Amino acid sequence: MVALAIVAIVAYMTLESRGMWEFVLPFRGRKIAAIIIVGYAIAVSTVLFQTITNNRILTPSIMGFDALYMLIQTIIVYLFGSSRLLMLDPQQRFAMEVFVMVVFSSALYFWLFVKAERSLHLLVLVGIIFGTMFRSITNFLQRLIDPNEFVVLQDAGFASFSAIDQTLLWVAAGVIVAISLVIIRMLPMFDVLTLGREMAIGLGVNYRRVITVTLVLVTALVSVSTALVGPITFFGLLVANLGYMLIGSAKHRWTIPAAALLAIIALVGGQTLLERVFSFNSTLSIIIEFFGGVMFIVLLIRGSVR
Amino acid sequence: MIEIHGVTKQYGAARVVDDVSCTIRKGGITSLIGPNGAGKSTLLAMVSRLSRLDAGRITVDGMDVASTPSDQLARRLSILRQENHLTARLTVRDLVAFGRYPYSKGRLTIEDRDHIERALEYMNLSDLRGRFLDELSGGQRQRAFVAMVLCQDTDYVLLDEPLNSLDMKHAVGMMRQLRTTADELGKTIVVVLHDINFASVYSDEIVAMREGKLVHQGAPSELMRPEILQQVYDLDVRVHELEGSRIGVYYR
Repeated sequence: MVALAIVAIVAYMTLESRGMWEFVLPFRGRKIAAIIIVGYAIAVSTVLFQTITNNRILTPSIMGFDALYMLIQTIIVYLFGSSRLLMLDPQQRFAMEVFVMVVFSSALYFWLFVKAERSLHLLVLVGIIFGTMFRSITNFLQRLIDPNEFVVLQDAGFASFSAIDQTLLWVAAGVIVAISLVIIRMLPMFDVLTLGREMAIGLGVNYRRVITVTLVLVTALVSVSTALVGPITFFGLLVANLGYMLIGSAKHRWTIPAAALLAIIALVGGQTLLERVFSFNSTLSIIIEFFGGVMFIVLLIRGSVR
Repeated sequence: MIEIHGVTKQYGAARVVDDVSCTIRKGGITSLIGPNGAGKSTLLAMVSRLSRLDAGRITVDGMDVASTPSDQLARRLSILRQENHLTARLTVRDLVAFGRYPYSKGRLTIEDRDHIERALEYMNLSDLRGRFLDELSGGQRQRAFVAMVLCQDTDYVLLDEPLNSLDMKHAVGMMRQLRTTADELGKTIVVVLHDINFASVYSDEIVAMREGKLVHQGAPSELMRPEILQQVYDLDVRVHELEGSRIGVYYR
């Protein structure tokens, strides 16, 4: 899989590059870096979220992160106009978006999980309801604004790897490396969490603390990737499940890297196809979901899944 | 010794466990019996810190279960609940190896591997070690979970209805195994049982609960009496002395 990821990256970097290498390499390199960061963040956050919820068909996006992101964009456009959204310094915008998303979800976790000691599932449900609420407010505001401005907004609603600020890449990479260091230390604990809450407690895991820490990590990962390129959590589900299938083990030491590599392969491969084959005439999500979906069904039929 | 002082658990207005106090002595098998909804499982969950207490205090060898660090407690007391759903696909050996987590935190030492082998052998799972749990019968799976708990090698082992989904042969096998574990390894085993005759034949002490309250506690010879069982279960139970044990007959 490592080899496949490298092949995909090399293919993306070199295919059909007319012109100066000095220009092409840094230009594409920045995109590749963004893709790797985002792919990694989404894959890891999805696997961890599925582990703590003991559910393999959930992704962190149901907690309303995408919706909150869109709401932030919409509010900016509604209050200040689209020109303001485009004029905003990308670094400030990034900082603000990450800040709002982390504060919102931390408040939610703290309120429900730490203070009221409610169950994790209630927390997820409340997250879903908040997501729906954000989406409704977004829709409402979008109806109020000028159609021209709406187009700008709509564009923000699709993930895009073009034109990413270089400083932001470094910041995002730094955050993700820091989070990964924490995760590496917690890996065996995540394995225990797959046994479910009761067995995990029985084996001496400090359940509430671990879950809270994991939720914060997941939030940080999702926020960073969403603020960097836009909503793209859709395919976390796909790569996480493909990862479980291909690895055939429940050990996070293997499933997390597998899912992350698959995410990178899918995103880089998808972006290559998008740019070179479809000449930007499609969206990345369509390509990834099409090929990912086909692969998923093939694996199901071949019976390598239980 | 497990000491339970005035423990209460409430869900809304319903008191599932109502001011229960008792002492479970160290060593041997203690059975918890009582009709459905008597609060046996809830009491066991509170002793093993899976549920919070609404009132009261529980100590295990003097350690308060509410305040002792979870990982420290995991080396003294293990718990197996009735229903164990796994989302991950694990082999028997992988599952049993999790029993070493409180000691190894995920890095198995040679000593841990010995414990795993012994637990597998003890529960007759050596041949099945490489099989996935979803490929096993209900009884084999139950044995694998018990092996995991034994692998945790704690002084106290709490089992919530370990005979669930076992046929007669395997139920007897399981109870015999628990008896030897208690006798040879000196463990203290607390089991929730529905079959009063298994409780009578295999336990050193029986704790009977009803509607969240403790009704009786004592040796099987004291507890296996028609009037007491009538009070606990609301059922006519005729008790006969058979082959040195007191057996309740309640089928008709």
